[in-house]
Amino acid sequence: MAAKVFTWLDERLGLTPIYNTVFDRKVPKVNWWYTLGSATLFLFVLQAVTGIFLSVYYVPSPDHAYESIQYIMNGVAFGWLIRGIHHWGASLMVFFAFIHMLRTFYYAAYKYPREVTWLTGVVLLLATLGMGFTGYLLPWNQRAYWATTVGTEIAGTAPFIGGFILRVLRGGNDLSAVTLARFFAVHIWFLPAAIALIIGFHLYLVIRIGISAVPKEDD
Amino acid sequence: MADSPHIDRRQFVNVVLAFLGTIMGVMVGLPAIGYMISPATKVQKKDDWIPVGPLEKYPVGTPTLFSFNRTTVNGWEKTVNSFGAFVVRSSPDQLKVFSNVCTHLSCRVNWNEGVKEYICPCHDGHFDAEGRVTAGPPPKPLREYETKVENGNVFIHFIES
Repeated sequence: MAAKVFTWLDERLGLTPIYNTVFDRKVPKVNWWYTLGSATLFLFVLQAVTGIFLSVYYVPSPDHAYESIQYIMNGVAFGWLIRGIHHWGASLMVFFAFIHMLRTFYYAAYKYPREVTWLTGVVLLLATLGMGFTGYLLPWNQRAYWATTVGTEIAGTAPFIGGFILRVLRGGNDLSAVTLARFFAVHIWFLPAAIALIIGFHLYLVIRIGISAVPKEDD
Repeated sequence: MADSPHIDRRQFVNVVLAFLGTIMGVMVGLPAIGYMISPATKVQKKDDWIPVGPLEKYPVGTPTLFSFNRTTVNGWEKTVNSFGAFVVRSSPDQLKVFSNVCTHLSCRVNWNEGVKEYICPCHDGHFDAEGRVTAGPPPKPLREYETKVENGNVFIHFIES
């Protein structure tokens, strides 16, 4: 029965060719360093899922942000677990994206024909750091407040347009409710949407071009 | 291999994967479900005697509204709910207190002195002074609070479900 249903769907959706293209591609003999991209992708999905769950109780308002997180930690069943995974997953995702980049760099995998894959990867790493920067403010505790004060102040030191950038980041001169709301919006909508799209493109290129082999002595 | 009475490698791997996958799915899924339904499992029952004031404050014959607030903690916030009760003294030695919540769809009823009935503004439910339904859609009479009088002060037994 299941086989019949699958055959029916496969004939119409072309599932087998997709599976063969995505998972049954030919790959050179590689090593564990080649798992870092998948690890980062897994962490992105983990962050998305735990983030969606956190948004059930979190409120991006100075009146309630801190209390709502206290409630997640102490009042909600497994809230500590979901927030803990999101917290540690964030650091791990930056770490894995970074050593994934190092692997690509040291194996010279960014060279022809994979330049565009490399460039999208750079954007992905920067967007991941952006997720870290915007997410850090959301607990609205002392550390979050002053870290964002410092972070936006650093952006403000850029010549000529620094003051403007600072006001765009903060939504005004001061770090305020407007800042919290826009960091929240960027953290849960703008950056994740951008990252998801670029990951799609990044993976398309990986599948289309194939992965590079481990460089040999005479390469 | 096909004739072997034992399961082959592929079947073994599939069974082990299905088994481990189920365990992992449960370990991830149950906390997720618990997280979502958590506030629904922590509704505290409220049960209190609320002072309504001295008995002589309430006239005999006319149902008089008494309003009170109850504060509950919901998540990270306190929620103040308003409640109303009609204190009814049909004779000097009789005392009944009715909730003003219509039993149809929880609108608040008002006492109409002209027709001597409680009327619900939402769907025109009518109740007589003793809370019995006289007209309209309400399925049940108005809820009656248990009362007690101590040193001339009236208390109602408030139970919130």
